[in-house]
Order: sequence, then C-alpha cells, then structure tokens
Amino acid sequence: MTRADKTEWALIIAFPVLIAAALLLPSWMVNYIQVSLGTGLVALGVMIQMRAGLVSFGQGLYFCVGGYAAGMAGKFLGITDFFVLLVLGVVAALVISIALGFLLRRYREIFFAMLSLAVSMILYGLLSSSEGLGSTDGFNLPVPTYLFFAPEGDAARMTLYALTAALTVICAIVLNRVLRSPLGMINEAIRENELRVEYLGSSAHYAVHVTYVIAACVSSIGGVLWALSLGHVDPEMTNWTTSGAFVFVVILAGTGNIIAPLVGTFLLEILRVYAVELSPNTWQMILGTVMLLTIIFLPKGLWSLMGRKPKAQGPSPDGAVQPGE
Amino acid sequence: MLTAVAIAVDGLGFAAWLFLSSVGLTLIYGVMRILNIAHGGFYALGAYASAWAIGLYMQTGQPVALAFLIIPVMAVLAGTVAGLLIERGVLRFMYGRDEVLMVLVTYALFLILEDVTKLIWGTDSYVAWQPAYALGTIDIMGIPYTGYKFMIIGVAVVCGGALYWGLSHTRVGKLLLVVIEDREVAGSLGINVTRFFTVTFLVGATLGALGGALTAPEISVVPGIGAEIIVMAFAVIVIGGMGSIPGAVIGALIVGLARATSVHLYPPAELFSIYLVMAAVLAVKPYGLFALAEGRKI
Repeated sequence: MTRADKTEWALIIAFPVLIAAALLLPSWMVNYIQVSLGTGLVALGVMIQMRAGLVSFGQGLYFCVGGYAAGMAGKFLGITDFFVLLVLGVVAALVISIALGFLLRRYREIFFAMLSLAVSMILYGLLSSSEGLGSTDGFNLPVPTYLFFAPEGDAARMTLYALTAALTVICAIVLNRVLRSPLGMINEAIRENELRVEYLGSSAHYAVHVTYVIAACVSSIGGVLWALSLGHVDPEMTNWTTSGAFVFVVILAGTGNIIAPLVGTFLLEILRVYAVELSPNTWQMILGTVMLLTIIFLPKGLWSLMGRKPKAQGPSPDGAVQPGE
Repeated sequence: MLTAVAIAVDGLGFAAWLFLSSVGLTLIYGVMRILNIAHGGFYALGAYASAWAIGLYMQTGQPVALAFLIIPVMAVLAGTVAGLLIERGVLRFMYGRDEVLMVLVTYALFLILEDVTKLIWGTDSYVAWQPAYALGTIDIMGIPYTGYKFMIIGVAVVCGGALYWGLSHTRVGKLLLVVIEDREVAGSLGINVTRFFTVTFLVGATLGALGGALTAPEISVVPGIGAEIIVMAFAVIVIGGMGSIPGAVIGALIVGLARATSVHLYPPAELFSIYLVMAAVLAVKPYGLFALAEGRKI
C-alpha cells in the first residue's frame, strides 16, 4: 500500500512538473513529450493486460479506434469540441472492446497475443481500402476547441498540452487503483494459475474481459490525444508493427510500476528521433537487440533496477520467468 | 461460371503461395513450441536473395532456364545461414521458456532481420520478372494465367507431399513425431532432442525463405513484405490448428479461396476477408480445425 501511494504522489507532483517543462523547454521537446504521453497511455493498456499474463499484440486497434472516432466526428459531423471528441473516442472503444471481449476472453498466451493482432489487422485492412477515409494516407483532424473557448497559436498548443498531461496523470492514477483493487489482484492470480482462481470462486473470463475493456478505453484516450496533437490519423496506427512497439516499451520498462511505461515511452521517443536521424537503416536492429538483451538479462524490465538494491533478496527464480512479472 | 473458374484457379494459386510461406511456421511451432515471428524475416531474406541473384544472373545474358535453379539455391542458402545463426546464436539458450516470451524473442529477432535485409540490399525495390515471364501463359476458358502460377502450385504440392512422406515414412520423421508428442520422454529414449530442434528450425527457415524466393519473380521486392506475410501465415496456421501440417494445407486453401472470392466479387474486402474467415472458424473451433489436444494444468 505505501509504495503504491508513493506512486500516486509522484504522479500528482509530475503534473506541475510537466506544465513547467512546457514553459521552460524548447517547443520541439514539448511536442515529443505530448506525443509520448498519448502513446504512453496505450503502453499502459498493454501493461495492465500483461499483469494478467496477457500480451496484446494488437493494442494499436484501440489506439486507432480512438484516433479515427475523433477524426471522423470532426471530418463528417464538424465536431471540434475536445471533450466531445474524447468521449466519442472512448465510447467507440468501449463498444468494440465489449463485443470483441466475448471472443478474446476465451484465449490465453500466444493465442491471445496473435488473435488480438489479427483483430487489429482487420481494421487495418478496412481502413487501408476505404477511400472515403483517405486509404493508407489517412486524413487530417480539426483544431480542437474547448467548450466555448477557441484558442489559437501558442495558447491552443498550451491548452491541448495541459489537458493531455492532466488526462494522462488521471488515467495513470485510476489504473494504479485498478491494479490494487480486487480485480488487479485476481489478474495477478490468473497469470499464476487460472484454474485455481476458478476453484476459488472467481470468474477468470469475467476478470479478463473487464481488464480488456479498461485497457481498450485507456488506449483510445491515448489515441484521441495523440491524433489531436499531431492533427492527423492513418491506418498505420493499427498496423501490428505499431502494436509491437507498445509491447516493446512495456517489456523494456517493466510492469512493476504504472509510471515505468510512461517514462519508457518518452525515452524511446527521444531515442527514436536521434537514432532515425543518425542511422535510419539500423534503428529496428537497435530496438530488437535492446529487447533481446532486456528479456535475457532484465526479465522484469528496467524498472527492476530502481530501489531494489538495499533489500537483500533471496535467489530470484530465474528458470520460468513470465513476461508479465 | 467464368467467375467461379477464375476464383478456383486464383484461389489455388494463392493457396499454394500461402502454404509454402506458412508451412515452416507451423512445423517449427509443432516441434519446438515457438511461434516464430522471425519467419517473416526469412521470407523477406529469401525474396531479396533470389531477386538480387536472378538480376545479377540475367545481366550476364545467359539463358533464363538456369534462373529457376537460382531460386531454390538462394532459398536454401538464406534459410540455412540465417536459421543457423539465430538458432545456435540465440534460441538454443531460451528453450523451455514460456511460449509468450518466445514470441517476444522472435519478434526482437524479426526486427533485427528486417534491418539486416536493409543493410545488405538497401531500401530500393528489386524486380526479377524474367522467370515468371519465361513460362508464358496458359488460357483457361479464355482467361490467361501465367504458367509460373502453376509452377508454384506444383512446388507446393511437392513440398507438402515430401513433408508428409518424410514425417510418416522415414525413420527420422517418426523420431520427430516422438519429439513432438513428448520431448522429455523422447530425450529419455536416447533421441537427441536438441539436434532435432536445430534441424527443424533450419528446415522451417528454409521453407520460409523458399516462399519468399518463389514469390520474388511475381512481385516487386520492397521493405515490409516480411511484416505482411507473417500475419497472413499466422491466419493460415491458426485456422488449420497450429503445429499441424494437414491443417496448414486446409488453412491455406480456405484463406486462398476466401481471398480470391473477395478479389473477384468485392475487391475492397481483399485485405480483411482473410481475418474474417479466421474469426469465423475460431468462433466454432477455438483452437483451429486440426488442433492438438492440450491437458489442463492445475
């Protein structure tokens, strides 16, 4: 409990720090922070599922659903209000994830991983071949307004940034509570042994379904925020390689703490900017190598390096390392 | 009627190509319990190697017939070298780990392979149309089909038959079936399980590279073809039941016909018809048509 509370305090403190960063740092840097907060939320969606031992190789689906729902509302209905777009994105993800959850909750391990991938590729195929939505090029989003407030220039950017930061912090705190809730505990038990969970009277299917829906909603918020900050959506959002990048972040950062994937996403974003510029053809190779080394030497991710040293630990059980630990 | 024939022929063509590209994936999963995402990398490697070699060969002005020999040679070369490096260099240290973890490991390897391909052959596209052109066309009810398509169907039948015969009628194949059934018991009976793993991985990798190498003359080889094939190959093997070779045949036929049907009747559906069929099959048979039974762990 105490450690978890520390996490929430850290998140609350992070908000003014993020705002201060926007005022002090150069604007290109602020852009990267904003973009990585959006994708960071999707990584959080991947992470809470990984706590239940489920690796979603298709989380890009809800990232894309959020972005496209907001974009289509702007394009076809002329809605520009930030809050309406956000709600539409989440509702779209909610409806789709509840429906798909009935199929996916029956699967575990690689079947879950690859089915979530296949489902996201259905959307990819649909969007790539629908000319009304710009096929593979996607389309642009409107500049958002806020209730009756329609800022321009710097003020518009700052408003969107502040709201993005606030929403990310709120989502992270809510998810932290979810992880500590009975549902979160059941998820950990499902990862260890699902059959015993059932014997103890809890429904594993139900817990997985609810977790899947929560992850979808968080990812769609990330999708809306990301799309609005870039002002553009395209089907690449739901391609499986995008989803793979989210999984990569969570593996690298670890699932030990809700903050880890957020920080990991930001670091990766910065790293990507430099690596793509320096050597565009070896960027994926660097990613892959880092991922391999992390899996082999730091199975619990980089976060496991934080603050574990002072405590004398027993021999860690190496042999059967689960990806979700 | 004409459309029905066109769908049947195109469907068979797709199916043959899908079978060749996915049978290595199902073989490796069946024996090693590794869902090898790097398979897409082998496919791309095979396609690049053969397109590049055919291009070089054709520049010398020699007869095109020998170019057909280049395809399997480059596939075996690419599959063996990359497969050996990956299996001996990385995977053998990870045997017995969790299946999901192995997916992540092979995903990392896939990313590395993608860039290795780019480093060797650059990001330009390669075309090697000469072999496909050399076989001419065959008319069926007035519709011209490339002879090359029928050659791929033939190769798929031969490969499938050879795998089936090898598994059920040779000593090595029967030993491999024991390894698939229970690797611990197989080891205690004196079977060198690790060697079977290495050989299986090499055969699987070579089949993946062969799928790419055979496709190369029909397409323009560009970066990203590996990422495309892996999701389709996955759909094929999951429909048939992962690890089952007859399943891969059925899966390839179902997916191939579904894709041909949508191409002829409603082209925009081409990309997602595959996954739609997969979802439909899984709704009825959750682990595919020929899935192996799994015990529950308490």
